[in-house]
Amino acid sequence: MSAPASKDRSGASVAAPARGTSEYLILGATLPDGSTTDLLLRDGVIAATGAEATSARDSGVSTIDATGLVVLPGLVDLHTHLREPGREDAETVWSGTRAAALGGFTCVHAMANTQPVADTAGVVEQVWRLGRDAGWVDVRPVGAVTVGLGGERLAELGAMADSAATVRVFSDDGVCVDDPVLMRRALEYVKAFDGVIAQHAQEPRLTSGAVMNEGVVSAELGLTGWPAVAEESIIARDVLLAEHVGSRVHICHLSTAGSVDIVRWAKARGIQVTAEVTPHHLLLTDEAVRGYDPQFKVNPPLRTAQDVLAVRQGLADGTIDIVATDHAPHPSEDKDCEFDVAAFGMTGLETALSVVIESMVLADDVEFGWEDVARTMSSAPAAIGRVHDQGRPVAVGEPAHLTLVDPGSRWPVVPRELLTASDNTPFAGRELPGRVVATFYGGRATVLDATPIPIEGLA
Amino acid sequence: MTSGTPARSATERVVLDSSDIARALTRIAHEIIERNNGSAGLVLLGIPTRGADLARRLGERVLQADGRDDPAETLVGTLDITLHRDDLRRHPVRPIEPTTIPASGIDDKVVVLVDDVLFSGRTVRAALDAISDVGRPRAIQLAVLVDRGHRELPIRADYVGKNLPTAAAEHVRVRLAEVDGVDEVAIGRSTGEES
Amino acid sequence: MRHLLSAKDLSREEAVAILDTAATMAATQQREIKKLPPLRGKTVVNLFFEDSTRTRISFEAAAKRLSADVINFSAKGSSVSKGESLKDTAQTLQAMGADGVIIRHPASGAPFRLATSGWIDTPVINAGDGKHQHPTQALLDAYTMRRNLRGDDAIGSDLGGVRVLVVGDVLHSRVARSNVDLLHTLGATVTLVSPPTLLPVGVERWPCAVSYDLDGAIAQGADAIMMLRVQRERMSAAGGGFFPSPQEYSRKFGLDRNRLAALGPDALVMHPGPMNRGLEISAEAADSAQAVILEQVTNGVAVRMAVLYMLLGGSEGATGGTA
Ligand SMILES: [Zn+2]
Repeated sequence: MSAPASKDRSGASVAAPARGTSEYLILGATLPDGSTTDLLLRDGVIAATGAEATSARDSGVSTIDATGLVVLPGLVDLHTHLREPGREDAETVWSGTRAAALGGFTCVHAMANTQPVADTAGVVEQVWRLGRDAGWVDVRPVGAVTVGLGGERLAELGAMADSAATVRVFSDDGVCVDDPVLMRRALEYVKAFDGVIAQHAQEPRLTSGAVMNEGVVSAELGLTGWPAVAEESIIARDVLLAEHVGSRVHICHLSTAGSVDIVRWAKARGIQVTAEVTPHHLLLTDEAVRGYDPQFKVNPPLRTAQDVLAVRQGLADGTIDIVATDHAPHPSEDKDCEFDVAAFGMTGLETALSVVIESMVLADDVEFGWEDVARTMSSAPAAIGRVHDQGRPVAVGEPAHLTLVDPGSRWPVVPRELLTASDNTPFAGRELPGRVVATFYGGRATVLDATPIPIEGLA
Repeated sequence: MTSGTPARSATERVVLDSSDIARALTRIAHEIIERNNGSAGLVLLGIPTRGADLARRLGERVLQADGRDDPAETLVGTLDITLHRDDLRRHPVRPIEPTTIPASGIDDKVVVLVDDVLFSGRTVRAALDAISDVGRPRAIQLAVLVDRGHRELPIRADYVGKNLPTAAAEHVRVRLAEVDGVDEVAIGRSTGEES
Repeated sequence: MRHLLSAKDLSREEAVAILDTAATMAATQQREIKKLPPLRGKTVVNLFFEDSTRTRISFEAAAKRLSADVINFSAKGSSVSKGESLKDTAQTLQAMGADGVIIRHPASGAPFRLATSGWIDTPVINAGDGKHQHPTQALLDAYTMRRNLRGDDAIGSDLGGVRVLVVGDVLHSRVARSNVDLLHTLGATVTLVSPPTLLPVGVERWPCAVSYDLDGAIAQGADAIMMLRVQRERMSAAGGGFFPSPQEYSRKFGLDRNRLAALGPDALVMHPGPMNRGLEISAEAADSAQAVILEQVTNGVAVRMAVLYMLLGGSEGATGGTA
């Protein structure tokens, strides 16, 4: 089951044994705690485990041999750019969520910086419906904090919260809410419906024209540097604001050692702050920029080896709550150019779990097991986003959002073979560990044999 | 122009030793004076590397034979022909050697080009071009230590140390004390690297 | 050597070979007939995405004196503003038969992208990219120093023991970066002198010393002083200016009469041009007998001839042999 199947872009699937059925018996899967069990999926939930599940074996249900595979609660991404509406040349809800399913996700939060911006109930409901119709994962739209990401006045946060999309996460991601008064108001306002502001921490005046981390490498390359303090100063301000008004704040894609220290301090002080780190900030450093390859241009920028160590340790000790992909697809012409003018961003949905395995689970210098993977990539992000039926334990009666991963399988990253509509992965040419073999979303297999399975009639 | 390695391979055969070379140069020096009615108005330009050393030796002999005690620099210079070669783009980039012209210049002088081996004639052709960039001599003559035949251009030498009939597959190695630590001319089987 | 992208890429031997070749090229430029034939039939493109008449004509003169055909392509404004991309422009020029591309670009790393992205397969010469590198400027500066400080013994020599002060806006300067790299490779000792605001974070890892005190640096002794151009307008803008006023900059970091005297008459005064007289350099210093600023311009042609010859004069990959 571990051999990667062909992943052509048409979405056509190979014939799968369980196609069209809604009952699965998973045999011999390893739970995050290391124990093994059989799991019976029926009617969208985990109907039975252990011997009771095993007894369904001869009832004609589709069985999956999960010997050697780890079963995780379906992964939840708090930070995905699906680009629709507006930039369907880079990604669509359909192509992005299919890529997400192949990456083991059952829920993604679609960032608001679309065209038009997701700053009204109408746009968030449109995205939510596109996600629901595609059927690959639960698409949870993120609402913009300010109108048009303009940073001047609050968007209709309440209307988005009350819409069919039930938005709980609000972010101007890509742009920092740098006005302290506006940030304070936003933090206060979302308390009414248990929302959270996810801040893209970037002091704009300190990062004017910046394209990479400011330090030894930028000095040599002559590229305008992006100081760590531009991120850290906003995080420091925002945790204090959150404390002052008694709100919760979420820090997007934290990237520096100083940021880890500030969040650690804030948590010790009892401030309701959560933080995320991206897979690429767990593995790559600013040394990668030396070839001026825009595939390594990202916001926030790749930092130093010391920063990478600090965010890995912060993730391991719980200072950083979650891993979020910041999946940011771009068409090739936006990357096949000079570094200065290239777009910021990297794809990540299909490589995230593998990069976490590589940088955390297999690493000798941090303690990080499968329960930590389940926590940081599923239960914690679901809790932050208030997605109540995701990130649940693998237990009887829970929704059947599950991911089966083969931890022993290594696979080469080939951009054209990834299902995302864009090729801007920074991991091209690398071999990564851990292959998602199957994903179940509400009991339906969205991925089997490492191959996406469209809903009947939708392919 | 030949530039060999100092070590002589086993298949080589020495055809001129140091006294042969010295005699040949002395004879050429006298021929130059005789033909040009003295050394006034003469300039000897050697083609680097070994042609330049031969030109200096020839110049000293010419001055001596003509009873002059001027320094050799008044008579002798070097002429780099690298930039004028017709096979530049068939080889990796070649380093350029300096061109040094006696202070009196070459305009209206008789220039004697000096090289070690005359073979295809292409080096001499390049040298003729290079000279025309530097000035306009009254006449150009050619002196070589060895003429081994196989000309590809209508060029012949005015002064020849020794005519050496060779097969095309053979190579001729001129070694001079200034560069190679020994004066000799040898013939061997070619490895196909000579022009 | 396939491309010339950064002074950092040059070994001591390669750098000395370029300087030596430049010396022979310079000698040919004393002749009545300055034109040489080695690039006959080759086409060199001057691809300039940024105004720089002096650098462009220097390369143009160098290429033409080697008998190359020169196409000048001025693409200022059309690239970064997302018109025709760098990739398309370069491929168009290659399709027209360019044998070598000389590129000046406001984006650091653009020449590197051109040389390494597989867009084109011709040699690329960096004529200045953003705040990154300007290797032929560093070579002509080194050549000028070597010629003046080493005299007749210049051929084959490096700049071992030479003390150089580079003064001014290091942060935005590709000239400073290239010079630090090349001068270090050639054995010289470099001290950057600048207000702290005009030094990049990370400069402490460069192979040079750093000082905020020009008088103190001059007192240590110098064989050459290189004054960098300061952009008067943006440098002292309100909110985020790099120094309080041009007057204060000039007082603390300008090469004036007293500092010229303190340097002594043997120290070379250099400037990559164009100069802001009265700001980073006084007219007295610029016009002094020890100034070699015009000679730098002259030497630029010889150095660029050497670089063009060494990159385009032979065939890549042809096996060597004696001649
Ligand atoms: Zn962001």
